[in-house]
Amino acid sequence: MKTSIARKILMALSGFFLMFFLLQHVTINSLSLCSEDTFNSVSHFFGYNPIIQYILQPVLIFGFLFHLIMGMYLEYQNNKARNKKYAKHNSAASSNWMSRNMIITGIMILLFLGLHFYDFWVQEMNYKYVEALPENPTRYYHELQLKFVDVWRVAIYVVSFIFLSLHLMHGFQSAFQSVGFRHNKYTPLLKKLGTAYAILVPLMFIIIAVYHHISVSH
Amino acid sequence: MSDKTMNLTLKIWRQKDAKSAGKLESYPISGISEHMSFLEMMDVFNEQQISAGNEPVAFDHDCREGICGSCSLQINGEAHGPDRRVTTCQLHMRMFKDGDTITIEPFRATAFPVIKDLVVDRTSFDRIQHAGGFVSVNTSGNTQDANSLPVPKVDADNAFDAATCIGCGACVASCKNASAMLFVSAKVSQFALLPQGKVEAKDRVLNMVNQMDLEGFGNCTNTGACEVECPKGISLDNIARMNREYMKAAIKKD
Repeated sequence: MKTSIARKILMALSGFFLMFFLLQHVTINSLSLCSEDTFNSVSHFFGYNPIIQYILQPVLIFGFLFHLIMGMYLEYQNNKARNKKYAKHNSAASSNWMSRNMIITGIMILLFLGLHFYDFWVQEMNYKYVEALPENPTRYYHELQLKFVDVWRVAIYVVSFIFLSLHLMHGFQSAFQSVGFRHNKYTPLLKKLGTAYAILVPLMFIIIAVYHHISVSH
Repeated sequence: MSDKTMNLTLKIWRQKDAKSAGKLESYPISGISEHMSFLEMMDVFNEQQISAGNEPVAFDHDCREGICGSCSLQINGEAHGPDRRVTTCQLHMRMFKDGDTITIEPFRATAFPVIKDLVVDRTSFDRIQHAGGFVSVNTSGNTQDANSLPVPKVDADNAFDAATCIGCGACVASCKNASAMLFVSAKVSQFALLPQGKVEAKDRVLNMVNQMDLEGFGNCTNTGACEVECPKGISLDNIARMNREYMKAAIKKD
């Protein structure tokens, strides 16, 4: 944690962890497009399995907070490293927008997560621990659909997933570079894989939100 | 060979000394040949300023053939100007058009404080080198034959490519974080790839990275701007190699 390279490696490792989480999140959500029953039973398993609830969930929250706080700290340090800004800096000539604006796309994702936590996590905690309602393995699909009745919520979700996509466009391949994985043969392939991941995962989330909005309104 | 001349407006950063606040000032300049190098244009400009009784603009330069790393300048927002794989002394005025306004600023980084006008203090790079950018072997009088230690051709080539870094600071100037990773990684790589350098590899990377951080350079976020703006085409491969070297060294640290 003491040096810039150590921080950058930890940033990449927490990024890998979050990208792995996103993959399992999108997989489970996709089940809601195929079968209500499967989605309900998998959601119920994830909601009540003690290992997931008391070990993996805190690990996820820690990983997310670490990535967030470290990202903010690195941004603060990086701003300090240039105390006088250029009058003219043609940064677009040498780097892409996504790579330069990880803090902006990151903050947009953070804002979205505020809403997302309020929508699902807070309500889930409330259901299970505050009101201590009995287990109901069939409630999840219905709860999910209700969230997407409001067209504005769907719009916010869609825009947020676009920011997530932009964040991943740089983040995926950048994480590999940070841990020193760079190879003439494999890196070009990895960059393509990163672009595919950055488009397909958020796109799938968008499709799910829009699908439930349409299916519930008809 | 045509001999077009152009009239330009130069917006140059003027700063009396390290402590003064500077500002951009505009100057018209006319009759600049497209065949001039950027520094020759600056010479013409300074001669005109001296004739008019004004203070000439201070800027760094030395070999004027792209190998010393002295010349710097952020020209229209890019280190060493809009051309690729050239230093400012190799940048030609034909890259600009008649009537252009050219903004000329010093390389900006907290670790590169401005001394005067366009001249910045880049001794932070020297201190990073002193922290580990060397091989501690006595080479006076008992030099061995270079071929006594076989080195794979690819390693030798990569080490040589890394060693072509002239330490100009364009990587720092271009990076949105003012990170010195490309410079330091080139200096780490040129030794890490060769058998003579492997002996001190662990201490070298830890000490150089530590010094880089102490100097106040920013963190690398892999934007790749450094590689694009580097006049010597130093590759991001070197940064990945330094990250690996660092991990190896940090894990093995006593």
